Amino acid sequence: MFSGFMVNTWIAATLVAVIAGVVGFFVVLRGAAFVAHAIPHGAFGGAAGAVLIGVNPLAGLGVFAVGGALGIGWLGRRGRHDVATALALVLMLGLGALFLSFSVEYAAAIYSLLFGEVLGVPSDELLPIAGLGVACIAALAVLYRPLMLTSIAPEVAEARGVRAQRIETGFLLVVALAATMTVPVVGVLLMFSLMIGPAATAGSLTRSPRNAIALSVLIALATVWLALAVSYLTNLPVGFFVGTLGAVWYGGARIWTARRRGRTASG
Amino acid sequence: MNVPVPDPSADDAILNVDGISVWLAGREVLHDVRFRIMPGEFTGLIGSNGAGKTTLFRVILGLQTSSTGSVLVGGRPLTHRNPIIGYVPQKVFFDPDMPLRARDVVGLGLDGHRLGIPLDWGRRRQAVDAMLDAVDARRFADARVGNLSGGEQQRVLIAHALISRPRLLLLDEPLANLDIGAEGEVVALLARIAREQRIAVFISAHDVNPLLPVMDRLVYVAAGKTASGTTAEVIRAEVLSALYGQHVDVLRVHGRILVVAGAEGPPGVTFEETDGVAAGPGVVSL
Repeated sequence: MFSGFMVNTWIAATLVAVIAGVVGFFVVLRGAAFVAHAIPHGAFGGAAGAVLIGVNPLAGLGVFAVGGALGIGWLGRRGRHDVATALALVLMLGLGALFLSFSVEYAAAIYSLLFGEVLGVPSDELLPIAGLGVACIAALAVLYRPLMLTSIAPEVAEARGVRAQRIETGFLLVVALAATMTVPVVGVLLMFSLMIGPAATAGSLTRSPRNAIALSVLIALATVWLALAVSYLTNLPVGFFVGTLGAVWYGGARIWTARRRGRTASG
Repeated sequence: MNVPVPDPSADDAILNVDGISVWLAGREVLHDVRFRIMPGEFTGLIGSNGAGKTTLFRVILGLQTSSTGSVLVGGRPLTHRNPIIGYVPQKVFFDPDMPLRARDVVGLGLDGHRLGIPLDWGRRRQAVDAMLDAVDARRFADARVGNLSGGEQQRVLIAHALISRPRLLLLDEPLANLDIGAEGEVVALLARIAREQRIAVFISAHDVNPLLPVMDRLVYVAAGKTASGTTAEVIRAEVLSALYGQHVDVLRVHGRILVVAGAEGPPGVTFEETDGVAAGPGVVSL
C-alpha cells in the first residue's frame, strides 16, 4: 500500500486534502458552494481544449479556472451572482464539449480528469502541486480578515474602506488556483466534495473560525487517507469513498449536534 | 439676498449635513436635507420604511454620492473610509451554522479591514473582552453568534462598531425585530454610551416612542424631506403636515406619540398599520 508509485499518491492526496480543507472553510462560510462547483467543472473544458491543441492539460485547466473566476466576479457585480455562476459554468462546459468532439482519440485522457488519477501521480507533478498549494494558503492568510468581514457584513466592510469586490475576486482566484492544482489528482467531482464535506462538518462541530479551519483540514485528511486505503484493499474507485465519506461526516455531525442540543434543551 | 450668518457651533459639530439631495433611478430620494449632530448627542432618525433613512446613512458613510450639498464629519469632508464613524447595519444575518463566536465578530470590528493574520493575540483579546464587558455581552462571548437572540446579536454588533473608538455611531433600525424588553435594554445601552463616552449616537427607527426618554434631538424624514430639532419642535401637526404635504394630527396618549392622517386628508388614503410601522405619508402611526 505504501510502496512504489503509491508513495506519490499518498503525498499528492495529502497535499490536496490540506488545500481543500482550508479553501473549503471559506467556500462554506461565504455560501459559495455553487462557485466551488462551477469553477472546477468549467475548468475541465479548458483541459479538453489544451489536449486538442497539444499542450499540458494543466495549462488549459488554469486558463479556464481563472477566466471562469474573473467572469463570475465581473458578471456577478452586474447581476445575480448565482446566474453569473451558472452561465460561466455552462459556457465553459459547452466549449469543453466542442473541444472533445474534435479530439476523439484523447477523450479517455480528458474524461479521467472528471474522476482524477490519484493512483498514477508522476513525481514531477508533486512540486507544482505543493507550490500552488502554498500560494493558495498564503493568499488566504493575507485576505483572512477582510474575507471574514465581507462574509458577515459587506456594508460595514465597505464603510471601513474594504473594496469588497476586490476581496471577492481575490477569493475566486484562490478557488481557481486550488481547482487547477487538485483537479488532475482527485478529479473534478472529488475536488468539489472534498471542499464542501469536511468544511461543513467542521463548521457544525466547532465554534471558532481557527478551530474550524484546523478541523476541516483534519477531516479532509482523514477522508482521503481512509478512501485511499479502503480503495486499495477493495479495488473499488477512490471517488466513491471520498464522496460517501464527505456526506457521512456531515450527516453524522448534524445528527450528533441535534441530539446534543435536544439534550441541553430538555435537561 | 440672504447672507448666511456664521454659526459658531458649526465647527464643533461631529456631523454637519448641509443641503443633501440624492437622486436614485430618476427619483429624488432625499431633498435638501440639512441638520447637525454635536458630540455626545443622542439623535433619532425617524421615518417610515422607504422614506430615505438608509440612503441618508449611506451618504454619511461615503457609500452613496449626493447630487448637491455637502457632508462634514468631524469638520472634514467625506472620504471613502471614515474611522470616526462606527456603523451598525440593518440586516446582518448570522447563519447558525457559521463557526463564528461573538468575540470573533467584535474582533473584526477592531481590524477586519486589514490584510494578513492578527499577531498581537493577547492585546487583541484584552480589547475584545473589555468591549464585551462595556456592552454587557461578556457572558455570551464564546457562544456561536448565530444562536444568540436578536437583542444579544445587536449588542455584539454595537460592540463591533464601538471597538474602533468612533466618535459618531450610526445604527440602522437596530430595534427592528426586537421584543419590547430587548428594545428597552438596547436603547438604555446606547444612551449610556452616548453620555459616558461622549459618542454621538445617530439611530434610525420607524417608531419614535422607544427613543423618547433618551433622545436629545431628532431628524424626521418623510417623502425624502426632513425636519430636525427637539421632539417638541418637530413632532407637531404644522411641521409634519408641511413635511408630508397633507394634514396630519399628532396625538399624545399616555406619554406615547401617535401621528395620524387628519380628517382633511385626501380621499382614498387608507389607514394601514403593520406592527407600528408607518406605511406612507398620511397613514403614519408612530
